[in-house]
Amino acid sequence: MIKFEPTLPIRPQRKVRDGIHVPKVTLAHGGGGKAMRDLIDDVFVSAFDNPALVPLEDQARFTLADLCRHGDRLAFTSDSFVVDPLEFPGGDIGKLAVCGTVNDLAVGGAKPLYLSCSVIIEEGVEVAALRKIARSMADSATAAGVTIVTGDTKVVDRGSCDKLFINTAGIGVIRTGIDLGAHRAEAGDIILVNGLLGDHGAAILAARGDLHLETQIESDCSALNGLIESLLDACPEVRFIRDATRGGLATVLNEIAEASSVGIEIDEKATPLREEVKGFCEILGLDPLYLANEGKIVIVVPPGAAERARAALQAHPLGKDASIIGRVTSGVAGRVVMHTNFGGKRIVDMLVGEQLPRIC
Amino acid sequence: MKYVDEFRDPDKASSLLRAIEALTKPLVAARGRPLRIMEVCGGHTHSIFKYGIANMLPAGIEFIHGPGCPVCVLPMGRVDDCVALAETPGVIFTTFGDAMRVPGSKKSLLQAKADGADVRMVYSPLDALAIARENKDREVVFFGLGFETTMPSTGLTILQAETEGISNFSLFCNHITIIPTIKAILDSPDLQLDGFLGPGHVSMVIGTKPYEFIARHYRRPLVVAGFEPLDVLHSVWLVLKQLAESRCEIENQYGRIVPTDGNTAALAAISRVFELREFFEWRGLGSIDHSGVRMRETYARYDAECKFAVPSLRIADPKSCQCGEVLKGVIKPWQCKVFGTACTPQTPLGALMVSSEGACAAYYQYGDLEGLRDRHAADAA
Repeated sequence: MIKFEPTLPIRPQRKVRDGIHVPKVTLAHGGGGKAMRDLIDDVFVSAFDNPALVPLEDQARFTLADLCRHGDRLAFTSDSFVVDPLEFPGGDIGKLAVCGTVNDLAVGGAKPLYLSCSVIIEEGVEVAALRKIARSMADSATAAGVTIVTGDTKVVDRGSCDKLFINTAGIGVIRTGIDLGAHRAEAGDIILVNGLLGDHGAAILAARGDLHLETQIESDCSALNGLIESLLDACPEVRFIRDATRGGLATVLNEIAEASSVGIEIDEKATPLREEVKGFCEILGLDPLYLANEGKIVIVVPPGAAERARAALQAHPLGKDASIIGRVTSGVAGRVVMHTNFGGKRIVDMLVGEQLPRIC
Repeated sequence: MKYVDEFRDPDKASSLLRAIEALTKPLVAARGRPLRIMEVCGGHTHSIFKYGIANMLPAGIEFIHGPGCPVCVLPMGRVDDCVALAETPGVIFTTFGDAMRVPGSKKSLLQAKADGADVRMVYSPLDALAIARENKDREVVFFGLGFETTMPSTGLTILQAETEGISNFSLFCNHITIIPTIKAILDSPDLQLDGFLGPGHVSMVIGTKPYEFIARHYRRPLVVAGFEPLDVLHSVWLVLKQLAESRCEIENQYGRIVPTDGNTAALAAISRVFELREFFEWRGLGSIDHSGVRMRETYARYDAECKFAVPSLRIADPKSCQCGEVLKGVIKPWQCKVFGTACTPQTPLGALMVSSEGACAAYYQYGDLEGLRDRHAADAA
């Protein structure tokens, strides 16, 4: 067995020298000179501090042997985060940027290991706010067991971006024997979710403030790699997992129905929704099935594994409200049907664009 | 949800359905054709699909989806006017969300926004007035749209602008009124309707008396209906009961919201600010006399049509588009030549495909499972 050895010296030759003494980021901080180095050192290196990052080479380096210990395939993903506002009940753009990419790796059956962090900053953003967001990224990464190993910083003119955009890419390793795919659903399979739907979408809409609605709803933003690991331990025969982010549950179900050429039926009664989210949607004429989530996954399992999967999910704090919501059928391929509480049936289609509130 | 779930109780629904079924059979047998009930308001169309009501009802009842979606009946020329206003230098154009995607002859407001126009979505005309207050160096135009439901809030916003002396605010008035349009539909020779579900929110403002001519002159029952699924079923039952008892009356199922005389303060605000136009163009239905309102001369300084050069061109509906026949209930949405092919929610040709209250979009999105099945069977034959 080859022992993991970092290819670079453990302790930094650099330390934060001056830091930043101005309250706001200016174009000078993106100029490639001393000001930029100070920004990177002060805000990012001090928060993310780890042996792979600190030498600040143009790339992070890892030994293949170390990766191989976790499984037999690499998973690689990238996601950009442009959320407005930067901070919202239940999280901020930093936490979102880490959890989002961790989840994108984990739903493929991968153990997330390394993340990159590239930021595009609009001039005029407060340095204190950046420090807070970088700290939040670092805390979320530690909690999820991943390391931020490389990154990039750009500063653009006022108006060229909205305060702060973050891109995170991630590398993970897929455990041997696990093969998840949207095309693998078969008639008879059971569909589960790990908890209450729509919290993130509702929290963000409310936090923007232009609706003048006060709610207690918090984003469900969380890293799900731990939950997924215990699910796969208990249920290696899981066929498919996807996080129900933009487009919500409805979009993921349509993707499964299309990729596997199957029908899907779900039961409105079994679909877990918070009372506040229901009320919020009722007032605004929105459909909670299409609201974004940042800590919810849709899971397809063979019928024999359904109860085991539910028990495994419910045993984890991020899955305590897990529920069996429906099943895969041999009905019209690509069609998702919901049995309404009221006793009727309706088609749950893909959304065309964004949900637009109805006029009256 | 308290005060909402009570109106979605499946047990009450099944007892209502049994009562409806019992009334339907003899009525259908006597006519030798299905019973046709028009729900005038787009809000009802939305509920019918969202809760799957159409396929819970016995086969002998057909819903005809009426013209009560203000977004859907907006003609292309008016959308072009909106785009022209939005693209006028210095203008901030404010609109309700679901008007953003309505196709004009060249583009929608959403496309105009992408091309650089300052188009902002608001939830109330007062939000638009607030934008005017905060942007004194810009002209803020509000796209006033809707029936009597939204007319009072627009009227009151104009009065508020006047009180505050805000001069950089104006209204592009596309408000329409439902009664002349129901009359036009009833006068249409190719129509077979047995009764109406009356619009709940419009009636909250105008009351139930303006509908009386429908019972008296046209001998059709109308039940003003609420929007929860039990409201809809209850109202259908009330219509059938009138038919079974050979009565034609205006009944009010939505009494918890709709007073017989309407809302007098709201009506006062409407008549202070607005007056009837001689005629107004409806998509698919053509020009209907006295079916739209404009701002009174007194408020001309708040009237975008006076303040700006609005092109006001009349643009014919696309030839392949059968929105008019769908609106009159002559054909079902899926019987339209372009439904689901050239005209989809992604690329709407007709406005009925745009708003979630539009009958075509509702069929496409929520699907009348039975209806679509029939269509597939017809296509296969």
